[in-house]
Amino acid sequence: MSLNTPRILEFLTGDAQADRIVPPTGFTARLTQFSAGAMAFLCVFALALSLATGRLAARWGDELARSSTIRISAPAEQVAGQTQAALRLLATTPGVKSSRALSAGEQAGLLEPWFGPDLPLDSLPIPQLIEVIEQGEGYDPAGLRLRLAAEVPGAVLDDHTRWRRPLVRAASRLRLLGWLSIGLIGVTMAAMITLAAQAALAANAQVIAVLRLVGARDAYIAQAFMRRFTLRALSGAAIGTVLGMLVVLALPSAQAEGGFLTGLGFRGWHWLLPLFIPLAGGAVAFVATRAAARKTLGELT
Amino acid sequence: MIELENVAMSYGGGELLSDISFKLQPGSFHFLTGPSGAGKTTFLKLCYGALMPTAGQVRLFGADVRGMSRDDVAMMRRRVGVVHQDVQFLDHLPLADNLALPLTVAGRDLMAENANLNELMTWVGLRSRADALPPELSGGERQRAALARAVIMSPDIVLADEPTGNIDWEMSQRLLQLLVELNKMGKTIMIATHDLNLIRAAKSQVQARVLRISNRRLQLAGADL
Repeated sequence: MSLNTPRILEFLTGDAQADRIVPPTGFTARLTQFSAGAMAFLCVFALALSLATGRLAARWGDELARSSTIRISAPAEQVAGQTQAALRLLATTPGVKSSRALSAGEQAGLLEPWFGPDLPLDSLPIPQLIEVIEQGEGYDPAGLRLRLAAEVPGAVLDDHTRWRRPLVRAASRLRLLGWLSIGLIGVTMAAMITLAAQAALAANAQVIAVLRLVGARDAYIAQAFMRRFTLRALSGAAIGTVLGMLVVLALPSAQAEGGFLTGLGFRGWHWLLPLFIPLAGGAVAFVATRAAARKTLGELT
Repeated sequence: MIELENVAMSYGGGELLSDISFKLQPGSFHFLTGPSGAGKTTFLKLCYGALMPTAGQVRLFGADVRGMSRDDVAMMRRRVGVVHQDVQFLDHLPLADNLALPLTVAGRDLMAENANLNELMTWVGLRSRADALPPELSGGERQRAALARAVIMSPDIVLADEPTGNIDWEMSQRLLQLLVELNKMGKTIMIATHDLNLIRAAKSQVQARVLRISNRRLQLAGADL
């Protein structure tokens, strides 16, 4: 069936008379609505997780790739000389935008989370760190390593790929898991609505028999049930989605503290994405009920 | 209107009906009789497409039932009013809505048909029960309601399966009266019943023919009953 907006609208606004032929069922109606709501609620989080891990992977993959570190481990009296040599060398390396040696204070700051503020750093042989910022296509790490080995024997280049790659991979996997969860939530919702619709059709066998006897076409009967369940799923999912979005909104942001962590939430236009969840829920209910109704009606005379 | 040609019907085991040929003439009034289990209900079901014959041909309004789609059957039922012994309604809707149900499912404008509906309810004597739910109706009221629902689309044929099975004699006569009136308006009527008194009562008012199912065959019963 093609997406036909006037027909969808007609389906949703419906025929008040046709609506009444399906007996009201207070409790199961609530259950269907609740299930759709719960699934939509979970779906919001799965979506937030997927988008957040996507951002994470992009950050780790992109932003951190723009910087690297050179560590100078040399006898205390040679550190300053080798640092200068390395900086000179970097200044003539294509692809390097800037480089600078970290001050003792900055290095102490980096170590503080691990050793506490009172560590007497002056008395320890701390290697000197040089921060390298890349530009354009970046530099050639293998070439830089060779030149460093020749001119600055105490320098070790760390271009972060070693620890970045597993993180990016982990983030991608997490994102995949998020999408998988969304898929499973959709299938589960379809299964639940199919069961509910089938139960309703079975419970209303008398209604269907009467309707067939007085000349109702299958499409008319199916439509009445489809409308009922689609609207229930749509409204349930809408409530679940709104609640889920409110909870995501209320989540504390990890952005300030964790430099490379990212908050589990939506950013910018991503806030629009969860709004599609109720529509998807309604579509799932429509298809599931239609299949159930066709199957049930096909078995009747 | 309804034509059966060498029709046989069997459910798994033996044949219930065999070699039945019959043509329902417009405007006729038929009784269908025979012992319980002889196949009266099955015969009627063949006549409104609820069952497919296992052999032979059934033509409804000129169309072979085997070639009819489910939608064709639905459209055909708008031209055949059916009354069952254990008539079923939509129990959550008031009587007036139940009677209008054939109009509703056919997509007719209920407002335009409102006068007809009221007239029909008056005719079957259920005007005062319009807002009652079906489970609140008595047996006789249910049968009359079923008849009203069967004729609201102004069908060509009314098929009634033991319409008086659950009701007392007085109510049976009243129902028969309504069916006779319908026949006089030109409707074709077929009533399955084992109530010979009902048949006798009808014969004094209308030219009724009696069909009997016995030994799996359909026979025209003699005038003497």
